[in-house]
Amino acid sequence: MTDHRSASPGPHAPHIRTPVGVALIMRRVLYALAPALVAYVWFFGFGIVFNIIIAVVAALVTETVCLRVRGQELPVFLGDYSAVVTGVLLAFALPPLTPWWITALGSVFAIAVAKQAYGGVGNNLFNPAMAGYVALLVSFPEQLTNWLPPRMGDLDYEPLSLLASLQFTLTGALPAGFSLDAIARATPLDLMQNELGQMRTVEEIRGSFLFGDFGGRGWEWIGNFIALGGFWLLTRGIIRWHIPVGVLSGLLVCATVFFLIDSGIHPSPGFHLFSGGALLCAFFIATDPVSAPSTERGRLIFGVGIGVLTYVIRSWGSYPDGIAFAVLLMNLAVPLIDRYTQPTVYGTGASNR
Amino acid sequence: MLAVVVLAGLAGLAGAGLLFAAGRLRTDATAQVVNQVDELLPQSQCAQCGYPGCRPYAAAIVAGEAPINRCAPGGDSTIQALSHLLQREALPLDTRFGEHQPAQLALIDEALCIGCARCLEVCPVDAIIGAPRFMHTVLQDACTGCELCLPPCPVDCIDLVPRPPDS
Amino acid sequence: MSAPLSYDPQPPRPAWGVRVEPHKALSMGQGIRIAPLPRQVRVPLDLTAMRVAEAIVAPGDSILTGQVIARFPGPGGNAICAPVTGRVRDIAPCPVPVAGNYQARCISIDTAGEDRWSEDCKPLEPAGSLSRENLQARIARAGIVGLGGALFPTADKLRTRTPVNLLILNGAECEPYITCDEMLMRDRPERVIHGAAIMLRALGARQAVIAVESDMPEARLALKAALAETDEPGIGVAVVTAKYPAGGERQLIELLTGQEVPLGGLPGDLGIVCQNVATAAAVSDLFRQGRPLISRIVTVTGNGIGQPGNFEVRLGTPLRELIAAAGGYAQPDCQLYMGGPMMGIALDSDELPVTEASNCLIVSTPEEMAAPRPEFPCIRCGECSRVCPARLMPQDLLIACMAGDAERQAALQVDACIECGCCDYVCPSQIALTARFVQAKAQQRHWRLDQARAAEARERSDAHARRQAERAAQYADGPKADPASGEQAMKDLMARLGQRDPTDD
Repeated sequence: MTDHRSASPGPHAPHIRTPVGVALIMRRVLYALAPALVAYVWFFGFGIVFNIIIAVVAALVTETVCLRVRGQELPVFLGDYSAVVTGVLLAFALPPLTPWWITALGSVFAIAVAKQAYGGVGNNLFNPAMAGYVALLVSFPEQLTNWLPPRMGDLDYEPLSLLASLQFTLTGALPAGFSLDAIARATPLDLMQNELGQMRTVEEIRGSFLFGDFGGRGWEWIGNFIALGGFWLLTRGIIRWHIPVGVLSGLLVCATVFFLIDSGIHPSPGFHLFSGGALLCAFFIATDPVSAPSTERGRLIFGVGIGVLTYVIRSWGSYPDGIAFAVLLMNLAVPLIDRYTQPTVYGTGASNR
Repeated sequence: MLAVVVLAGLAGLAGAGLLFAAGRLRTDATAQVVNQVDELLPQSQCAQCGYPGCRPYAAAIVAGEAPINRCAPGGDSTIQALSHLLQREALPLDTRFGEHQPAQLALIDEALCIGCARCLEVCPVDAIIGAPRFMHTVLQDACTGCELCLPPCPVDCIDLVPRPPDS
Repeated sequence: MSAPLSYDPQPPRPAWGVRVEPHKALSMGQGIRIAPLPRQVRVPLDLTAMRVAEAIVAPGDSILTGQVIARFPGPGGNAICAPVTGRVRDIAPCPVPVAGNYQARCISIDTAGEDRWSEDCKPLEPAGSLSRENLQARIARAGIVGLGGALFPTADKLRTRTPVNLLILNGAECEPYITCDEMLMRDRPERVIHGAAIMLRALGARQAVIAVESDMPEARLALKAALAETDEPGIGVAVVTAKYPAGGERQLIELLTGQEVPLGGLPGDLGIVCQNVATAAAVSDLFRQGRPLISRIVTVTGNGIGQPGNFEVRLGTPLRELIAAAGGYAQPDCQLYMGGPMMGIALDSDELPVTEASNCLIVSTPEEMAAPRPEFPCIRCGECSRVCPARLMPQDLLIACMAGDAERQAALQVDACIECGCCDYVCPSQIALTARFVQAKAQQRHWRLDQARAAEARERSDAHARRQAERAAQYADGPKADPASGEQAMKDLMARLGQRDPTDD
């Protein structure tokens, strides 16, 4: 018997390589989120900035500890920015007003349980950011549904100041004169689901000031900037079109069909597209290569599955937005999808037998 | 009270069914696993493991009588494969049962062979041809290099040589 | 079969492959230059382990250029011709520029500064008057082998058992840096066309297509102009998208005809024969000038060479002399590569000889090629399977290779890997994929052998056990009860062997 295991071989062809490494990919994902972050801060105040800082610091600390425990090389694995991306995506999913310990806990869970426990970068079954978010969502449902109202051009509106945001993030309490109940609002998706449950029509619900042209006010603009960053990633070849197209088409086809059946109780496709995390998921979350299938057909199926599941959860589930659950559920299906979508190897097709 | 009786009865029935099924199906399932284990063994039939051939060793492994690390010709890769199949811990090769070495081939020094035919009997794969008082020779393609023909040879005319690659 | 020619000039775009910085202009500043005669040459006899030639000259013999100095055994009549005039110094193993630090037995010839040609080297025109077999025999005797790198004897490739519909002349030189075929098609298009015509005759085929890449318009125009001047029927030019590895044999066939060569099969299974354009030019030189294969065009390029360019070099010339002819090293710490940066091998010496497979010598500065970087875990981005021209799943094969799982490697068809290096090129984790697959392919052969041998041993062992059990049963019944049967059996055996009676002595 011969031993068939192979170690990393010595010097070998090819002698040139693309300059695009894992760290560069992750850095570009971060750059692509920058415009959306600016829009986010404009509409919802500085809360997200603190969330990002806390989530990233917690992610990096957790990553360092886990790597040390696992005896891995710190500089190599910390320098890949993957923990930073996880932290930032988690922060994007959390409400602008989130107590620091909740954010940190989510980040720790994302890195320690969803990523490092599976063997670190490249081996995680689930999307770490979404696993962290879901862990928080089921543990602290109340804190995760308190959103701020968006800044609006035509109303006299005072966003929470930098200091007030910071104070809430650190202490969980607002400065004197503010009360959380007074300023916190549900997200448009939340509102829509609640009110529909009380037998109101989409038309009536959309009368609320939280709604814009298609989706939630402010959310629409953030969505535009997220899509902008996503398109940039597409042109740089950091992500490929299959997953975004799959997610969005799965969601929009479902939304269109039900909208056409009864537009009174089913919000329009535009609402679904521009509310909640649909665009963030399509371009930034579902496109995480590690937890997605690696075949092109498989990625389409994966994307469509997320889109359809998101619609199902939004419409009939008990959570307002289904992105995170949809992603995690489809993560589970990845090995199966990969198995059944393998391309036919050159020279082995039916025509060649 | 009735509920308890009914449930107990159901449980008893299910238990009896399981017992019956286990009794009926076990032989088949065991034979299947033995086949799978046998597939992973190198088939040198060398008996170094202490069992008379690969299949007996496979049966002993499945019966839990033998550890999976006794196959010297298979070496680490066989132990890995067995560990994977049976979900048992991959132990290092037990070198009391031989060292792993590259594939070998028995070669009869035909000038010395006296045609005693003793090696014919012990070859587990009938790879030696000959008859009493005629020169014997080894079928190179069939020989597994098991070394079992060495001890019976009265004139020490059998040598083991490394198997040439790609032969 | 008329479809391929219509691709000109709008070739289909393959989904696979990579676009790499071409670096081709570097060596295309001037036309093909003739390298000076070397002082010593080394001609390998067994450059590939599959074909081993026997020298028919001995140390001390004087030889003339073009004289046959070695022959390959077998009916093909393939030979090796002396690339220079001189005296045989010795025949001994020497390092040669092929993968794996391989040492080949080489005939070393000291040259005398003159270039006298053997009497055999006479033009063979008109080739049209020669029979198919005669053409093949002449090509075999002139030592012509595929100059694209596989070194397969051209004559053997022309002797097909199945009818051939299409001859593809591969000028799709897709690897970066290499320009020897493109320069050949620009400078000597008429030779390529003439050689193609002779090959068509030797194949008994009617249609030939010269494939060039979309980024070589000059070569395409030169070939078209030369075609217009000849009256050779059935030869056309087709353009394929400039994308590595469009010039791989199987990929080129797919691009031109839409057909796939079966795994484990040959282009001949589709009625197609592929030849390199340089091989065609060598065939033309043989028939028009009487010149056997004694030289080839080598691209000498890279930032570390004084005057990069294409050189017609006698086979066996030490790389050192070729480098000197190309202006020498531009700086001291250069690294040499034989072949292109995607599939070539790094050399550790400039004493190695030029061989038929030496299409390109890169003299690179340390910054020019990628420094080896540590491998990072696979993030399953799938870029490798996106670019793989064989549509493999390198990310899954990597797992199978690291686990040493030969069965899984076989299920994933590792044998279909053409070792083009595209997966390595795009891998953001810098994982050495191709090198592992090369190893795995070699191990697959052993694995299949192991499997077959184990299956046979199992069968034989079962038979042995059965027989022993039968005999045991027989003895248990009482062998003494019927001694005649045992004796009879022995007698039968002896009778079958037709030999003497064991009771003689």
